[in-house]
Amino acid sequence: MDFPSLPLEPDLPPSLQPLLEGIRSGHRLSLARAISVVENERTGFQALLHALLVSGGAGKGPAARVGITGPPGAGKSSLVTAMARTHMEAGETVGVVAVDPTSPYSGGALLGDRIRMNELATDPRIFIRSMASRGSLGGLATTTTEVLDVMDAAGFPRLLVETVGVGQTELEIAGTADTVVVVLVPESGDGIQAMKAGLMEIADLFVVNKSDRPGADRLVREIRTALHYRAADVGRTSVPAHHGVDLARVGRGESRGNGAGEGDTTKPGKGPEGEGKGSGATGRPEPWTPRVLQTVAHAGEGVDELLLAIEEHRTWMEASGELERRRLARTATRIRDVLDREMKRRVRRLLADPEVMGASLDAIAAGGSTPYAEAARLLEELT
Amino acid sequence: MNAGEQRVRVLVAKPGLDGHDRGAKVIASAFRDAGFEVIYTGLHQTPEMIVAAATQEDVDVVAMSVLSGAHMTLFPRVKALLDEAGAHDILLTGGGIIPEADVRELGERGIGRLFGPGSPTTEAVAYIRSWYQEREAARGQEPSQVSGQTSGQTAGQASETGAGG
Amino acid sequence: MSTVEHDLPPTSSGDLAAEIERKDAELAELRERLRAWEEGAAATPSRHDGFTTISGREIRPLYTPMDRAEAEGYLDGIGLPGEYPFTRGPYATMYRTRLWTMRQFAGFASAEETNERYHYLLKNGQTGLSVAFDFPTLMGYDSDHPRSLGEVGVCGVAISSLADMETLFDGIPLDRVSVSMTINGPAIILFCFYVAAAEKQGVSADQLRGTVQNDILKEYQAQHAWVFPPEPALRAIVDMFEWCAEHTPKYNPISISGYHIREAGSTAGQELAFTLKNGFEYVERGIARGLDVDDFAPRLSFFFDIHNDFFEEIAKLRAARRIWARTLKEKYGAKNPESWRLRTHCQTAGVTLTAQQPENNIARVAYQAMAAVLGGTQSLHTNSMDETLALPTEKSVRIALRTQQILAYETGVPNTIDPLAGSYFVERMTDEMEAEAEELFEQIESLGGVVPGIEGGWFQKEIASAAMRQQQEIESQERLIVGVNAFTDGGEKVEIETLRIDPQVEVRQRERMAQLRETRDAEAVQRTLSALTEAARSGENLVPRILDCARAYCTLYEIRFAMEEVFGAYREPVFF
Repeated sequence: MDFPSLPLEPDLPPSLQPLLEGIRSGHRLSLARAISVVENERTGFQALLHALLVSGGAGKGPAARVGITGPPGAGKSSLVTAMARTHMEAGETVGVVAVDPTSPYSGGALLGDRIRMNELATDPRIFIRSMASRGSLGGLATTTTEVLDVMDAAGFPRLLVETVGVGQTELEIAGTADTVVVVLVPESGDGIQAMKAGLMEIADLFVVNKSDRPGADRLVREIRTALHYRAADVGRTSVPAHHGVDLARVGRGESRGNGAGEGDTTKPGKGPEGEGKGSGATGRPEPWTPRVLQTVAHAGEGVDELLLAIEEHRTWMEASGELERRRLARTATRIRDVLDREMKRRVRRLLADPEVMGASLDAIAAGGSTPYAEAARLLEELT
Repeated sequence: MNAGEQRVRVLVAKPGLDGHDRGAKVIASAFRDAGFEVIYTGLHQTPEMIVAAATQEDVDVVAMSVLSGAHMTLFPRVKALLDEAGAHDILLTGGGIIPEADVRELGERGIGRLFGPGSPTTEAVAYIRSWYQEREAARGQEPSQVSGQTSGQTAGQASETGAGG
Repeated sequence: MSTVEHDLPPTSSGDLAAEIERKDAELAELRERLRAWEEGAAATPSRHDGFTTISGREIRPLYTPMDRAEAEGYLDGIGLPGEYPFTRGPYATMYRTRLWTMRQFAGFASAEETNERYHYLLKNGQTGLSVAFDFPTLMGYDSDHPRSLGEVGVCGVAISSLADMETLFDGIPLDRVSVSMTINGPAIILFCFYVAAAEKQGVSADQLRGTVQNDILKEYQAQHAWVFPPEPALRAIVDMFEWCAEHTPKYNPISISGYHIREAGSTAGQELAFTLKNGFEYVERGIARGLDVDDFAPRLSFFFDIHNDFFEEIAKLRAARRIWARTLKEKYGAKNPESWRLRTHCQTAGVTLTAQQPENNIARVAYQAMAAVLGGTQSLHTNSMDETLALPTEKSVRIALRTQQILAYETGVPNTIDPLAGSYFVERMTDEMEAEAEELFEQIESLGGVVPGIEGGWFQKEIASAAMRQQQEIESQERLIVGVNAFTDGGEKVEIETLRIDPQVEVRQRERMAQLRETRDAEAVQRTLSALTEAARSGENLVPRILDCARAYCTLYEIRFAMEEVFGAYREPVFF
């Protein structure tokens, strides 16, 4: 296959060449450093990603990306650890990305998710990376998806992503993961409260963790009831029951979640690029109904069942064409993001020369021009 | 955060069996407040676990807190494993109850400054900042290079060659 | 001898209404004059912007009867020493009858070397022993376990089997010397080694005096030498309550410890509240097992830290006794006064020792020791000046012990009981600390209790943020530490001679282990370990089973592992 060269920036800087080779030969520090290049958007990072995507992963197709989100204290790290352990015991390799919040005061961050996971870290079957949110508010860091791409290219067939988990609206995971697992705990209080944060709309699976605690059964019932009402709503208004996020909007990078709205008019099976594989008028499988599972992550209870449910969800997604649709939506988002970032960079570069702005201001002061006319003129220069 | 801007990444690690993490937590918070991205390992880490974390997280600095008296075993062991992973350029520093003579000896063996009890956190912050600036200047702003190859396979590779245990 | 006559008000005989009126009038006048005094004081420069204790408690310039005006009556709130609610001391005559036990914590290297140190200490007038174990032992690892590498015998003595325990107490009569053991996660195992070692000396269990720390809750909260998760760990502790109530009537199966909570950075109020709340948790667990509270509560003992803030530490001990007595009596229905009586060991605060100008630590330790005695402690460890640099040398340990002896025999401090009682300030502070503790109890209750608080990382977070605040106060020089952030002149490095542990200790200990594994009865080892695993599963009392393992020379880690198969291992909760 012929890929175009990358005019966004110069070719892969020679200094990054060893990283690429290192990743291909399985050198862990090379992978770690490639991730840093991407995370920090250092010179050459787009060329590096391009090169990694060109070469593809380890040839086994894209990795299965599972997102784990939920309120603070839900035991997300424990669950990720338990899931990773189970995959590893089955002989699979796992990449984990855990996002923690950046302090708005200092710009620093304390990344503590590893405390739970580090006991697995010496095993060659796992690679764990912590990321700081760096001001991003959607539950992931700006470059989390691209970091996952790097891990994917390094040959990890299983990727687990843990969101920030500070209780804000963390819906970006829906645009990144193939399967979204929402984790709640009995003591997180009113389960419906968590629903209000929009988690209902993005969950493919619900997990009630710490299910050995009182109140677990009640929470399970609450979630089921909420799902039931939602399904009824869906029947009435044709909102896609399998996935509350309107992928057309995800694809356009608009705000996600908040269910209904425009989504009401989107027919099931319609993605931004039209109908996906396996969907359409004929042979369309049943819509996906989010499952509610129970786990005690620290004891490993219920984890096998969870992984099985994730597999079933994946099977459904493949059969229904949903997987393809989500991936196309993700790719569309990526193109938009790269363009967006590049345009901003070019604007910054153009305006870095004070004479450019000075000339515009002079033109306006002299009369006969307006900010709009000047912007239009500068836009010409950008392209 | 602007493109290309990088934050100092520090692994704060508690090796060995000693559970006194007051110092580790205080320094981790101080590093965060200084704008560093801090990965905290939790307690009771083996040198292997610390180096696995340092490698995967691609930290600039590993800061170990050792109050158990086992520093003459733990620091050299972590340093050797870092070197083996190709991470010669990671600064290994730390603090704890470490006699002067041992500090000198560890310094000769490639370990960075070690901070004794009562050292202000600002001293450690300043030390890491200046070390980092020097290193970046020496690299001429070039992105980090991997020195030394071969050891440590990524997961994907390991499973393909059947090396994953 | 002359007595000074005071113009005392008439007691009870006078007209009650008139007396109340007279008291009110006096308080009104005091209020008036106090206002004037405060105005004058406010106009006078103060050398500090606001005085607080190390724990952040506000200290006003002056305390007067106004501060006690709202307080309950003397007998209800303060009372007499040895009487409910024990504010003035757990025993009626306190140090006039018997001085506190001078108990220096010691242990290093191998059992032989520590045994030699014990003989030395006893010869020098120490009245009890206190065993410091190395980190592998504290975590339940044998000296030859891979995780023990580099740590064997470094911070305490390595004890991996009954054989080591026998060596540790060689020539020390366990029916006459009381022994305290600082061990928690695997406490039940080391306790059984100890009982078995006594058996070998021909000393029966009922003659044993001493204490095993065995306080797992504070391990999760602060000290972090845990083995099993909270539920099975608490079960093992209640097994010990049950067994000891019957077999070792003079032995304390637990020392509920605030020391490590404080050392990890808590305030005095947190130390007080968390420790007592942990104590109540143990009481409730014992009761839930079906034990009569009066059968085990008399053997619950305590351990507090004595920090730099002199009066706050004294008030802390006084408040602790009062809260414990009231709660045991009123909430848990204990009827035996022995159950109400809080007895405590104290240690001067290791965290206050400075590496800079280390000789100054002798003075710090002396003040702290005096606070412990004025607070009414039953036994005391004074830190050695060089402990922040390394293990203490024999000389520095001797100075620390001499510090206690000077306090006991030269200062006159122990000659009257609770001399600070009635001080407006100390009584007020005692009341305040009690109120603070009650508030914290409620907060812990609202989290669902101690164990959910631990699992959610609440205690850990509270302690860490208090530690951070203290560090900031020191770095901003709001709080001065002599030789560290003030008066640093003359701080030229003192080369204090420190004790170094020969790496050969680890090598020799590994050899001993190898020998033990070869010479013992392998069949007995297997049999007793399987029986233990079975007991762990069935819920029967673990102590007799572990004693069998100890007698068969099973090692620490083998015994731990036999239980871990059923109990699982504890994992630290994420708390940042």
